[in-house]
Amino acid sequence: MTLFLEQMLNGLQFGVMLFLMAAGLTLIFGIMGIINLAHGSIYMVGAYAGTLVIGQTGSFLLGILAALGAAAVTGVVMEMVVIRRLYRRDHLDQVLATFAIILILNQLVTILFGRQPLFVPMPPLLEGSVELLPGLVYPVYRLSIILVGLLVAAGLYLLINRTRIGMLVRAGSTNRDMVRALGVDIRMLYTLVFGLGALLAGLAGLMAGPILAVQVGMGEQILITTFVVVVIGGVGSIRGAFFASLIIGVVDTMLRAYLPGLLRQVMVGSEADALGAGISSMGIYLLMALVLLVRPKGLFAADS
Amino acid sequence: MNGSSSARLVLVLVVLVALAALPSVADAMGQPALTSLATRILIYGIAAASLNLVLGYGGMVSFGHAAFFGIGGYVVGILYQHYASGEPLFGFVPGSNQLLVTVPAAILVSGVFAAIIGALSLRTSGVQFIMITLAFAQMLFFFFVSLKAYGGDDGLIIRRANEVPGLNMRDKQTVYYVCLAAAAIFFVLLWRVVNSRFGNVLVGLRQSERRMAAVGLPVYRYKLAAFVISGMGAGLAGALMANFMRFASPDMLHWTKSGELMVMVILGGVGTLFGPLAGAAVFIILETVLAAWTEYWQLGLGAILLFVVLYTHGGVQALALRLVGRRV
Amino acid sequence: MTAPILAVRGLVKRFGGLLATDAVDLDVRAGEIHALIGPNGAGKTTLISQLFGELRPDGGTIELDGKVIDGLSTAERVSRGLARSFQITCLLSDYSVRDNVAIAVQVRQGHSFRFLANVRADRELRAEADALLAGAGLAERAEEIVANLSHGERKQLELVVALASRPRLLLLDEPMAGLGHTESQQMIEMLRGLRETVAMLLVEHDMDAVFKLADRISVLVYGRVIATGSPDDIRDHPEVRKAYLGEGDETC
Repeated sequence: MTLFLEQMLNGLQFGVMLFLMAAGLTLIFGIMGIINLAHGSIYMVGAYAGTLVIGQTGSFLLGILAALGAAAVTGVVMEMVVIRRLYRRDHLDQVLATFAIILILNQLVTILFGRQPLFVPMPPLLEGSVELLPGLVYPVYRLSIILVGLLVAAGLYLLINRTRIGMLVRAGSTNRDMVRALGVDIRMLYTLVFGLGALLAGLAGLMAGPILAVQVGMGEQILITTFVVVVIGGVGSIRGAFFASLIIGVVDTMLRAYLPGLLRQVMVGSEADALGAGISSMGIYLLMALVLLVRPKGLFAADS
Repeated sequence: MNGSSSARLVLVLVVLVALAALPSVADAMGQPALTSLATRILIYGIAAASLNLVLGYGGMVSFGHAAFFGIGGYVVGILYQHYASGEPLFGFVPGSNQLLVTVPAAILVSGVFAAIIGALSLRTSGVQFIMITLAFAQMLFFFFVSLKAYGGDDGLIIRRANEVPGLNMRDKQTVYYVCLAAAAIFFVLLWRVVNSRFGNVLVGLRQSERRMAAVGLPVYRYKLAAFVISGMGAGLAGALMANFMRFASPDMLHWTKSGELMVMVILGGVGTLFGPLAGAAVFIILETVLAAWTEYWQLGLGAILLFVVLYTHGGVQALALRLVGRRV
Repeated sequence: MTAPILAVRGLVKRFGGLLATDAVDLDVRAGEIHALIGPNGAGKTTLISQLFGELRPDGGTIELDGKVIDGLSTAERVSRGLARSFQITCLLSDYSVRDNVAIAVQVRQGHSFRFLANVRADRELRAEADALLAGAGLAERAEEIVANLSHGERKQLELVVALASRPRLLLLDEPMAGLGHTESQQMIEMLRGLRETVAMLLVEHDMDAVFKLADRISVLVYGRVIATGSPDDIRDHPEVRKAYLGEGDETC
């Protein structure tokens, strides 16, 4: 039972990380109509910047600032130099241009840091574990990720439902031309939204550092999983992105944790492990296929 | 109209003759590696032109076509492994090392997978379609990575290229000519398809799906058919590639491969018959030249791609035409 | 009195809290031009889209030729004799005028799973498309790319394309919108010439055209049909005058 709870928490932790990515993607797509493949690259930039500064200064706090700063700057520059030219283009051009950005950023990071994965120490403050329930000992760091993720979700909820920017985001996701017609400084709003999305991706990248290896290609791995989240949640819905993130996080974690064991009861150990690993890495995609069969527009999409 | 189409026919014939003469010329120049380069261009040209059928003609932006390319490769690899071990696949499908068996099998299996993935993905459109095709390709990537019986992560070595009765497939030039023949047949068929009734509705769908539905077209099944044909073409290319490399690996299904196929399409010009072949040539040559020059060739590739997308409309062909036009 | 070719009963469509179609009953008889008028936002295009299977209604039934067509797709409805024109023209803009018509003829002829023969070498297809274009006075423009057409020509082409599927009932969504006076008169003549062969449900703001063409008129206000009758009945109907025509008089 405690093992199960622990895995649930792991799933939740993965889920909120996905949400940080999915929220940014959804915001950017919702208000600007841009599909941004390079969102994963911003995540990577955040992770590397954080790692670098923590390694140099030993201060996790400075690392946070560096990661967020680098991600936001990357995002804003990306928006001003490339993305801005793509608003009126079709999805194909958007995909190809942002694919080009991935190639460029991945290569730049390889030149600067090499291909070896970097490892980030835990921040001392968040080291160690706490006993949440009798027998359930859980790392403080992972708990903090969950907490940060939920705080961000709450913050986004307030931003979208209580502020003028949020109103524009909501209006923009249903009717982009209307927002233009309202006489809003669209250019400023777009840069702002893009910067916010980049900030969230950078935060996710930074937090991933001490858990996962920081390496080239980390961005695309999480990006594709995030796409699954967005498809399941419904394109353009932040609420959908939140719930789908948690679902995907938990399902993926649970499958990896339990499927090989379950299979081992009906087949030979090594075969069970191989098959279990295979199916569990495919699990979220199969879930996506299922959702597509039942609700092609995603679980939380507003009706047309 | 008649004049330009006959001029085009002449151009195609000239290119065909040049391609046929290429291995001898390459040898005479002391550059036998050119033949291998040309083989890869032909194979990627088939794959890119297949993608172009849905992407350029049909307007469906599939970001997962490497899946069908990889499946084609794996069909050849898996059949070879069972041929070598003598154990039938699933206990009843005998292995094979005969190209005339494995390639049709690869096309068929890719088509089946394209039917399943297409049937699901085409329930959506636009940005969702892009994400979903990408995700399904990634799923198959993970599938082959976990397929330890067939090499898993490391891929599957095919000790000898498939045999064709009467041909020596150990000779790289022979493999080149086999690929050239396959490409020639493929492009003739594709040319007929895009100009047929089917091609007509496909191009109509790209322009306005709503209009096509309004004249009474059951849209979904035509899009699905195009997707399946396209997947089969990519499967053919994958099967040829596995024979050429004597290797099939999850890398063939990697998402960057899907991206590269798209890049080839846009480099050559979206929605043109031979554009993707030209795009494949530009891409492969660029890759070879840049990679020989620097280890960080992807940086250059990314920059060029960015330039092409942002500043040229209609790919390298259109750019070349415009440059020529300016000079005249 | 002939049996209705189209019979709509209790059709309902909601968008969130908004009732866009409110229990609409509507008949179109064979050989009839039935005009549907109403102020902007009354739900006329929404109604057409539901009849054509592009929007799924939340309630009610639609019968074509006495057969319920509720669950059918747009393509199936077209094969049973329905066609529509679009208010904002919806044509294949990279194709020539002839191609736009020919493709509609092609789809009407049966499935398009024919992969090898060159479609542009098909004389039969071309001849039928050209005949249809000649009937609308567009023969000279057959080679022109649609993107280069004038607004009026596009409106005409919309109609020709709809006719290419040989419908028994045409749903016309504001065919006169944006046309100049001469063009409108041409369109009216064209529609008048068609009334023998095809029944029409005509959504239109141009009252001159409506009163010239319509055998019967229904008035749609806030998603509800508030009156149906002959042009004379409608002209005199007090509720209609208040809800619709009165408004129009002030602005004219």
